[in-house]
Amino acid sequence: MTGRARVFGDDINTDYIITSRRKRESLDPQVLRHYLFEEINPCFAASIAPGDLIVAGRNFGCGSAMEVAVTAVVGAGIRAVVARSFARTYYRNAVNNGLLPVVCDSSGIREGDPLTVLRAPSLAVHNERSGEILAADSLPAIMWAIIDAGGLVPYFQKHGDFVDARETKE
Amino acid sequence: MPGQTISEKILSAKSGRHARAGDVVVCRVDGALGTDGSTPMALDYFEAMGGSGVHDPGRVAFALDHYAPAPSRHTAQLHQRMRTFAARHGILVWEVGEGIGHQLMVESGRAMPGGLVVGADSHSVTYGAVNCFATGIGSSDLAAILMCGKIWLKVPPSIRVTLSGALPRGVFAKDIALALAAELGADGAAYQAIEFAGPAAARLPFDDRLVLSNLAVEMGAKNGIFPGLIEADADARYAREVFIALHELVPRVALPHQVDRVVEIGRALGTPVQMVYLGTCTGGRASDFHQARDILKAGGGVARGVQLVVTPASRAVLETLARDGTLADFIALGAVIGAPGCGSCCGTCGAIPGDGVNVISTANRNFQGRMGNSAASIYLASPVTCAAAAVRGAIADPREIAP
Ligand code: SF4
Repeated sequence: MTGRARVFGDDINTDYIITSRRKRESLDPQVLRHYLFEEINPCFAASIAPGDLIVAGRNFGCGSAMEVAVTAVVGAGIRAVVARSFARTYYRNAVNNGLLPVVCDSSGIREGDPLTVLRAPSLAVHNERSGEILAADSLPAIMWAIIDAGGLVPYFQKHGDFVDARETKE
Repeated sequence: MPGQTISEKILSAKSGRHARAGDVVVCRVDGALGTDGSTPMALDYFEAMGGSGVHDPGRVAFALDHYAPAPSRHTAQLHQRMRTFAARHGILVWEVGEGIGHQLMVESGRAMPGGLVVGADSHSVTYGAVNCFATGIGSSDLAAILMCGKIWLKVPPSIRVTLSGALPRGVFAKDIALALAAELGADGAAYQAIEFAGPAAARLPFDDRLVLSNLAVEMGAKNGIFPGLIEADADARYAREVFIALHELVPRVALPHQVDRVVEIGRALGTPVQMVYLGTCTGGRASDFHQARDILKAGGGVARGVQLVVTPASRAVLETLARDGTLADFIALGAVIGAPGCGSCCGTCGAIPGDGVNVISTANRNFQGRMGNSAASIYLASPVTCAAAAVRGAIADPREIAP
């Protein structure tokens, strides 16, 4: 997965990602994508290019657990968020919707940096501008299974239940 | 092998394997809540998953609380959709006006000691007060629970927060929670559980436990659990230990727009306020209103230019206030009384502050725009500190106003 870094700071809460006001009008990701991050950068949504990766600092997605804060991001064609840390509900919702959460030291990444998310031998982010390879926290098998399926919906369409006890091992 | 924390014990019991911090387990849930904020989307997921029957409808409840009463045709339709789905599948619905789902989960006994009880709302952590593993989940998780009754969970490491001593006059559970938020920071407990311990935790009144568990999520915690039926082993491992001496605490205020921007009351004195909000799943119980009323009466009422908005957390709370005269007191004080529910907390219904307005609230969140207007500023404090601000028209020390 390769894309351009779109950089945000620490403590980006779900209301900043997409305001509850917009959520009241529609839950459709294709509508909501046009209002992504409008509270902090009204021009952001219009400037998203396919393949862009969100990069943030600590505690990305804190605040309300509202899942549209993930589906609106997925709806905009963004497939991974790279952050120093995530709020746990955002992390969960990301996995469940097939958005890859990458936890690593994102502090050296600048706006527009070309990034590649590497899966093997272990999860890492390659910053092609600086040449740095940032080691990321690994994901347990069940999370990969859900992300690879494209989220819980395709996962349940296929299995109808949580399957394979081995997936529950770290 | 070292012993287990409360969270590890409950998740072991629910997953049928010896669960350790860091493991990912699939667990059967004992109870699940969906709100009108999260359920419509869960129903979309459920349909997209190909769901037909609900796995165990008796374990699920829906609350119509965030849009109560529905402020628009669109939200009224969301309620209709939830009612129709619930009726078809035999799921309990807490109607508009019955209260905040979290409060009702606790009042109804659906959150039980030793259980795994989840809700598609971040403040589901509130039920940790009754000694269950309680955590917030997403709409997709709720859909999976409707499909199969199960959820995947990463077993969290725990932070033990030991409380000692007794609270001084004028200092309340909210002040403990804000002190903890300042200590840990807004993400200081991310991916971790907070386990309360110590003699003072055991003595803490139930309403106060609910406040501490409720606010655990503001430090990023996965749950905030009190001991009870399930206790930690003496040799359980903790990621971190925090000690709070209650007798050393003073009233505190969280400044806009971050819950961990906490100062002692002395550093916020005199900040003018134009709106005071008493309510929410943090500060909307009968004891909160009693404490606030006492300060308001002792201080001679609400200052000119201050709008006081009162929203009980549930109909049972409203009934208590009606029976014991507190409701009449608030009406006489000029308060606006909202229907039990989330009210003004997240700007979805209820009174919305105007531009440039400073609000002081008993809620748990003060993000910019949280109450529906990003040009307003929100301060968070205990019910008595909020009441003191209503009396003075500015942030004031409740200890200077008898009782
Ligand atoms: S009262 Fe506020 S914090 Fe509690 S559930 Fe309702 S909106 Fe959320």
